[in-house]
Order: sequence, then structure tokens, then C-alpha cells
Amino acid sequence: MYAQLVDTGAKRLKTLEEMSPEERAFQEKIDAEIKIEPKNWMPEGYRRTLIRQISQHAHSEIVGMLPEKNWLTRAPNFKRKLQLLAKIQDEGGHGLYLYSAMETLGADRDEEVAKLHSGEVKYSSIFNYPALSWADMGTIGWLVDGAAIVNQVVLQRTSYGPYSRAMIRICKEESFHQRQGYQILLHMMQNGTDEQKAMVQDSINRFWWPAMMMFGPHDSDSPNSAQSMAWKIKRMSNDDLRQRFIDQTVPQLEFLGCTAPDPDLKWNETRGHYDFGEIDWTEFYDVVKGNGPCNRDRLRTRRKAIEEGTWVREAASAYAAKQKQKNAAA
Amino acid sequence: MTQNQALFEYLLRLGDSDLILGQRLCELVGNAPALEEEMAIGNVALDLIGQARSWMTLAAEVASAAEIEGAGRSADDLAFTRDERAYRNLLIVEQANGNFADTMARQYLFDVWHFHLLSALSGSADERIAAIAAKGLKEVIYHLRRSSAWIKRLGDGTEESHAKMQDAIDEIWTYSGEMFIADEVDSLLADAGIGADLNQLRSLWQADVQALLAEATLNCPSMDEYMQRGSKQGLHTEQLGFLLAEMQFLPRAYPGASW
Repeated sequence: MYAQLVDTGAKRLKTLEEMSPEERAFQEKIDAEIKIEPKNWMPEGYRRTLIRQISQHAHSEIVGMLPEKNWLTRAPNFKRKLQLLAKIQDEGGHGLYLYSAMETLGADRDEEVAKLHSGEVKYSSIFNYPALSWADMGTIGWLVDGAAIVNQVVLQRTSYGPYSRAMIRICKEESFHQRQGYQILLHMMQNGTDEQKAMVQDSINRFWWPAMMMFGPHDSDSPNSAQSMAWKIKRMSNDDLRQRFIDQTVPQLEFLGCTAPDPDLKWNETRGHYDFGEIDWTEFYDVVKGNGPCNRDRLRTRRKAIEEGTWVREAASAYAAKQKQKNAAA
Repeated sequence: MTQNQALFEYLLRLGDSDLILGQRLCELVGNAPALEEEMAIGNVALDLIGQARSWMTLAAEVASAAEIEGAGRSADDLAFTRDERAYRNLLIVEQANGNFADTMARQYLFDVWHFHLLSALSGSADERIAAIAAKGLKEVIYHLRRSSAWIKRLGDGTEESHAKMQDAIDEIWTYSGEMFIADEVDSLLADAGIGADLNQLRSLWQADVQALLAEATLNCPSMDEYMQRGSKQGLHTEQLGFLLAEMQFLPRAYPGASW
């Protein structure tokens, strides 16, 4: 999940009777699965929640390019280098696409990016973990994009039209990334040396729990979920999404011939699901607060790119203004 | 020198320049001045590395068929295990990214050359070369349009951008002359109708560059200035070794491993 802990500003849900006529009409539309479009009336809380969620999602795509960039210049052959570059390109495209969806709500891209840079808004906690080996390029594709897809597949049915349509398009590319990532790992496990196999297992050990954290806190610790679910911005709870992810991932893990760093992971016949151990929530909140291994580096890199590009953007504007003047005079 | 030996050498030069410039652009991912530029830089890098792969695949085929130096090596071997002294890329492409003006000056001067080169090679007597060149040319037309637009924006933008753009051109200029210095390989293949005539390329390049720099309100240095050279003999600037050390790390650290 690329959006975690999105604040809705609502302490509790209003009943239909408590709502204004406009709010009631809006809620009935949502309940009837009719998509909300940019020019439709919407409660301010709905608008703000969506801006928060979509901007966080877009920021995650952009910051998420950085751990992969760390290995792009060291990709081992033409095929992998071109694949990884194309994947990073897709992520930039997702970011652009999501920022556009966000702008339909009246938000401004530059302002939202400034909030990211000041630390006021977040991106997914997963990108605060370092990419330390080539195997991480496989694991990130398989587990990180995999977790994102589980969330995004459900978000294709989200109530806001532009966000829902963005998700449909993004899901197609993400599932390609996930297969590509899995294939990187599978190739190393099936054709690799002992060193390469150890590299894969080490990578899974490091990314397993952070990937589980991508779905956010337990439902019981998720005070904003009820309102987001009522507005159908969210369509499935954090714990349900996490369970779905684990259920689909464990058979893939076994097929790789690798293990998860979770001694409590086992199939539960009665539940029809995998049981798994407790997430280290202290670590999760530490990373969210900015204390992950890469928080500072990631933000520094993003800030530096935008700050150092100021004179370039100013030049482009000045040139455009001059051209406009010339054309007007001609 | 046999024609196949010359051809192998020629293909390496083409592939190496594409790959090294593509690698330099990869270094910029996540550092572009705007998200739209992030996409553009990545696109250009993808095109160049894709073209490098085509040239090196052909180089490997030529080497194996003619049983010359390099026989039995794949395109990946050529790219990811060859040493600095065996690399044949132009000195201009290995120069560091610098600021955005430096990056665009390097790109533009290369793009003009690349455009005219691939235009010429599209009519090569060697059909394999003509096919790769024609495919690449479609991409390079876009590269050139983009870098030309940036030279104009930065040259004729603000005072600051003008100064930076002029510095960038002046700084990189000394590496531009090498693109037109023909050696035995060039002459042999140009005579056979396989390679491009570098003298012709020089006048086309000069006319384009002078016109665009004038439009961008920039001063165009003289082509008679002292020009650095050496890449055709594998004599590079000190920058290439570090680039290769990074790019070739995995195949060198884990010899024989398959990825």
C-alpha cells in the first residue's frame, strides 16, 4: 500500500439523518456505486482525504524510483538494465498520472511536493529501506510492487472517478513489474551460484517485514479507516489486504525455494488462510516518524533535485514568456 | 586490416558511445529539474542503451563469423567485461553530467552528430547497419528536438541560464572535434559504402550547430580550436574508468554468474 495513515479529519461517522441534504445525496451516490467526478459536489473532508491519499501515493511513486536507481547504474547486463530503466520510467509516469488526478481536486502539484519536502506529508515507509544488493531489484518488484498491487486492485473500485481510472491503468503496469521482479529472483535461484542464492534469501529476509508493514496498522489502530470505507475511498481494511497478500505470496515464496523470516508463518486449515507473526510496530512508527535507514537520504535527494533545478525552470519560463511576446508582436 | 576487422571496430565505436552516454543519463535518474524531464532523460537513456545493444550484438556476430578478435563474446560480454583501454566511445560522452547546462551541451553536440551519422548509415551498403541506423534515427530525431529546445531555453532564458549555457558549451567544445577525425577504419568503410563520410558530417554538423547557437544567443566557439582526441585508440579521460567500474561491478565481482 503506497498510502498509510491517511487522516480523514473525522472523529466518527455521521448518520444519514445528521447529514445536510447535499451530504446525504453524496453518500447515497457513493452507496449506489456511482463514481464521483471532479465537478460534482463533495464534502470538504472527502476532498481533503483524497488529496492526502493521492498525493501520498504519487510521492511514493517518485521516491520509490530512488532505491532502484541505486542499482540501475550497476545492472548486470543489457536485458536487466533496460528492464529496470523501463520500470523506473513507468513509476515516474504513475507519479505524473496521480498528480494529475490530484489536481482535479483543486490541489497544486508544486505545493504538495513542497509539503513532502518539508516533511509535512509522507510517502510509503517501504522506500526508507536501503537496496543493498542486486537481488533487492527482484524483491522490490515481487514483494513491494506485489503488496502495492493487492491494494491497488481494490482501489480500481474507489469512489473517486479520476483516481479509480488512474488505478486501472497503473495496475496493468504494476503486475508486469511484479512478474519481472519475481523472474529476477527465480533466475538466480534456478541458475545461480550459491552466492547468488544467498543474496536472494538475504534480500527476502530484509524486505519481508517492511513489505507486510506497507498495509498500515491493524484495523483496531486505524482510526481513519471507518470514514474512508464509508466514502468508499478505501474498499478493504488494512488487515484484510495484508492477509490477502500473504495468502498469495507464500506459495510463490515456496516455489522460489526460499523461506520467510517468520517462525509463526503456517497454513491454518480452519481459517483457510496463513497465520503469521506479529509485526514490529515500534519499527513501523519509527520509520514513519523519519527514523528509517534512508528517510533523510531520500528526502535530501528529492529536495536537492528540485532546488538545483530552480534556475532551469526559471529559464524555461523566461524563454516561454519571450516567445509569447515575440509571437504577439509578429 | 581486413574489412571485418574494420567493421568490428566500427560497430564497437557506435555501440560504446551510445552505451556510455546512456549510462551517464542513468546517473541522473531521480535528479532531474522537473518530473517531466525525469521522464525525458529516462527515455533518451533507454533509446541509447537499446541502440548500444543492437550495435554490440552485431559486433559479436561479425567477430564470431569472421573469427577475429572478440570471437565468442556476446554483446553483454563486450559491454560488461571489456576494459577501459578497449572501449571506443567518444570522449565527449564520458564527460561527467555537471549541471543541467553541461548535461544538455554534451547531449546536443552529440545528438547533432548522431542524427547526421545515422541518417548517413541508413543508406549503408551493409543492410544490417542500415536497419539498425534507420530504427535508431527515429529515436534520435526526438533526442535532437529535445536537446535543441533546451539549448534555446537556457541560452535565451535568464541571465543566469545564459551564462551557464555558454560556460557549458565552451567547456565541452574541446571534445567535439574528435567526432570528425577519420582513421583507417573510417576510410576503409566509407570507401566501401558501409560507413559514413566524416568530412561531410563535419560540415553538416557545423552548419546546424552555428545556426542553433546563434538562435540561442550563444557564442559558437571555433572549430579550429585545439581538440582533444584519443578514443579511437582507447585513450580516454580519467572519468571513464570510474564509470566502467560501477557499470561492470556485478559481472566482474561474480565471474560466470548468470543474471
